Amino acid sequence: MNKPLRRIAIFCGLLILTLLIRSNWIQYAKADSLKNDSENRRVTIARYSTPRGDIIVGGSPITGSTETKSSGLNDLKYKRTYKNGPMWAPVTGFASQAYDANLLEKVEDGILTGNDDRLFFRNTLDMITGKPKQGGNVVTTLNAAAQKAAYNGLKSHGKGAVVALEPSTGKILALASYPSYDPSSFAGTANADAEAWKKLQKENNPDDPMLNRALRETYPPGSIFKVVTAAAALENGLYTSAEQPTDSPLPWVMPGTTTELKNQGDIPCKNATMREALRVSCNTVFGKIGSDLGNEKMLAEAEKFGFNKEQFTPVRANASVFSDDMNKSQTALSSIGQFNTATTPLQMAMVTAAIANDGKLMKPYMVDELQTPSVDTLEQTRPEELSRPLSSRNAQILQSMMETVVKDGTGKNAQINGVTVGGKTGTAQHGVDNKEKPYAWFISYAKTGDGSSPVAVAVVVEDENANRGDISGGGLAAPIAKSVMEAVINSRK
Amino acid sequence: MSSTTNPSSHHTSTIGAIGAPSRRNTELALLVFAVAVPVFAYANVGLAINNQVPAGLLSYGLGLGLLAGVAHLAVRKFAPYADPLLLPLATLLNGLGLVVIWRLDQSKLLQAIRQAGTAAPRQLFYTAMGIALFVVVLIFLKDHRVLQRYTYISMVGALVLLLLPLVPGLGQNIYGAKIWISVAGFSIQPGEFAKIVLAVFFAGYLMVKRDALALASRRFMGLYLPRGRDLGPILVVWAISILILVFETDLGTSLLFFGMFVIMLYVATERTSWIVFGLLMSAVGAVGVASFEPHIQTRVQAWLDPMREYQLSRAGTKDGIVHSEQAMQALWAFGSGGTLGSGLGQGHSDLIRFAANSDFILATFGEELGLAGIMAILLIYGLIVERGIRTALAARDPFGKLLAIGLSGAFALQVFVVAGGVMGLIPLTGMTMPFLAYGGSSVIANWALIGILIRISDTARRPAPAPASDPDAEMTQVVRP
Repeated sequence: MNKPLRRIAIFCGLLILTLLIRSNWIQYAKADSLKNDSENRRVTIARYSTPRGDIIVGGSPITGSTETKSSGLNDLKYKRTYKNGPMWAPVTGFASQAYDANLLEKVEDGILTGNDDRLFFRNTLDMITGKPKQGGNVVTTLNAAAQKAAYNGLKSHGKGAVVALEPSTGKILALASYPSYDPSSFAGTANADAEAWKKLQKENNPDDPMLNRALRETYPPGSIFKVVTAAAALENGLYTSAEQPTDSPLPWVMPGTTTELKNQGDIPCKNATMREALRVSCNTVFGKIGSDLGNEKMLAEAEKFGFNKEQFTPVRANASVFSDDMNKSQTALSSIGQFNTATTPLQMAMVTAAIANDGKLMKPYMVDELQTPSVDTLEQTRPEELSRPLSSRNAQILQSMMETVVKDGTGKNAQINGVTVGGKTGTAQHGVDNKEKPYAWFISYAKTGDGSSPVAVAVVVEDENANRGDISGGGLAAPIAKSVMEAVINSRK
Repeated sequence: MSSTTNPSSHHTSTIGAIGAPSRRNTELALLVFAVAVPVFAYANVGLAINNQVPAGLLSYGLGLGLLAGVAHLAVRKFAPYADPLLLPLATLLNGLGLVVIWRLDQSKLLQAIRQAGTAAPRQLFYTAMGIALFVVVLIFLKDHRVLQRYTYISMVGALVLLLLPLVPGLGQNIYGAKIWISVAGFSIQPGEFAKIVLAVFFAGYLMVKRDALALASRRFMGLYLPRGRDLGPILVVWAISILILVFETDLGTSLLFFGMFVIMLYVATERTSWIVFGLLMSAVGAVGVASFEPHIQTRVQAWLDPMREYQLSRAGTKDGIVHSEQAMQALWAFGSGGTLGSGLGQGHSDLIRFAANSDFILATFGEELGLAGIMAILLIYGLIVERGIRTALAARDPFGKLLAIGLSGAFALQVFVVAGGVMGLIPLTGMTMPFLAYGGSSVIANWALIGILIRISDTARRPAPAPASDPDAEMTQVVRP
């Protein structure tokens, strides 16, 4: 019987060998993919096992971490908290134990949890010295006073968004969206968190409070787009100064159609100068400029301002749209901010900032610095030039035109004592046959005594309760822009 | 190295044949390690979880040491020539199992869902009972050949044990598998005991019938085909295995018994054809039953695509089938352990939840001790199996050979079926890792199994009683004054 016994011995050895091979397969070959599988609960447990790093505005954190009540069924130790959650939500986004994270919380997750490769050396050192792993901090460029002014302004006027930039650097100073939500309300895993989350979803809440209107919503810009058209006219040499009378008949029938392009009211637009046309917001003048320049040149200028491209601040902003396949009349409509033209508030703030910065467009960013847990600088963001949509001379011409708008045009509500302000109002029509309530837009910048500009701002208000007549950029949006600019100027004193 | 007392025996080549070394001191030395390693592991768990050496360290260490000591003394007294590795290896596994069961007792998650909390003290009690049974086997089973007398009683006993879970009111359906009975608040897995009893029956039966099964056959395509009527026994065992599969819906138990029979049949008859038949019949049986039994189908699906099963379970899919996330959770536990593991007490294998400390205990070893730990554990099992087969080789009587190979083979199959199931190599079954897993039946039955193997190896290695046939030795005795 010994021969079969020896064979059985080999067979049993092979069984064990098979198991050994299998264990090598799952614990060595496949180990990393199993370990880091996003469905693997250990990933979440590790993420919340230490207090998350903070997001910092003006030297003080706007986030925090709190230890959750440890029980058998809740294996996550720390929970995210937010100070002034609704106001900052468009910046921070949320980090929820149950619903993952978004915006800055998601983009900088590696730093905040401490899992980023750049923290590897430090983590290893901590492990050896027995210190618990910590997350790093994200220092933002935001200005708390400006953010507060923006958020409160929107709060009293209804839905909308505000973006404020520092023109010389591209720093984002304010980024507000309303209605908003408190990310603290669903940071945990309790039933109350689940209910809060459910209530905030678009299908349960038509106001869609979780939509980041400043970065992720595109609106028809309406008249504020005329500054882009004016820039295109100057850059392409169609007109060389603000004082040159334009070739603008009134009434003007759009080429290839029998439709007259109408102005808002009986305003002096016939052969008006660009300064005058911008002051009273002539559709005919800028429509014809767009039509004269043609789709290609208008598109080129719009793209120099950043249209048709997503921006990463590092949080992604949707691409604004200027179409590339339009005929003359469509180009005319697009050049006054209608037809297909659609823009995020961030995009219009970039346009304004580029004009205020003498034609230099800086890349907008909101993360100034990444810090290690011990507050050493890990990475500092340097301002970066994105493009030059217009020459310095042309930029100054456009500035003087916009300053006229605020001084004695549609933007008087944005005037600030002792400060030069340039701006442009807009009332964008939308909906089928423009039946829905228009959006009120206002873009502006402030200029201090030395000619430099500390802030450029774009405001959009979608106020459903206002009368149609009341909605004009100057009436609804300009006061918000004014208070944001004031907040920035005051905080620099 | 020799046990003889003759001081001038350095040139005698015959001594070895007369007095094989008993190796009891080797066993004792190994036992010290087998107790010390779990004691250190226990301290390690306490330090990792509570930052302090666990309060029960002394009593636990003494308890395990005492049990190992009693077992060792019993072997020294009643089976002095037994294999020296079996007892230390079993003790080591049992001790490590206790540590990890205690570690899972500390899991707040398992406490909250009432899956653990006080399992370790009970397991220590079961271990004591197991070692008591081990000692009883050594004391009362003076010669394993006595078991031959109970061949047919064993058959009846095994059938009763196998059928018990099907008795209404007694049997329990736990997650689809009906391999448990409930007596006075205790859950018992009769299959663990049936394993031993069946081995006795098969050994006794095959020893008598082996000639008939081996010789009367025709040769066909290089294989000896058995006569039709000789197919009877294998068909009956096959049918019973299929019935277990159908009614108790446990692939593991079914595979274990049929596999054990095929191994013993092959050893008894030395006919490869039985292996071929066995494999064919298991394949036909498994595929046939899987084609209509939903529980088996679920297990197969969970094996083929554990992620899908996990998601179905998470989503709370109600389609009449119990979806379980365990298979995926076990894989994550192994993967997260990686090469060296998270360290005892620092993993999250409690996410497996149900049966984390019994069927799935290997996953905790995998996560906390890593690939290194798992390979060590698997090699320890391999060593136990190979020592068992060594015992079968050394046994002088066919009954002993068959019994030893049956028990060792069943042990190996069980390890393969359970570890393979937990590691996702084959579909999951409802059996447990011998000695490691929480469960009274398993621990007690496996200690009895080791007891029988030790008895057979003692008989096999015991020196021949009459050295008188050696003339040289006699001469030396006579001439020397």
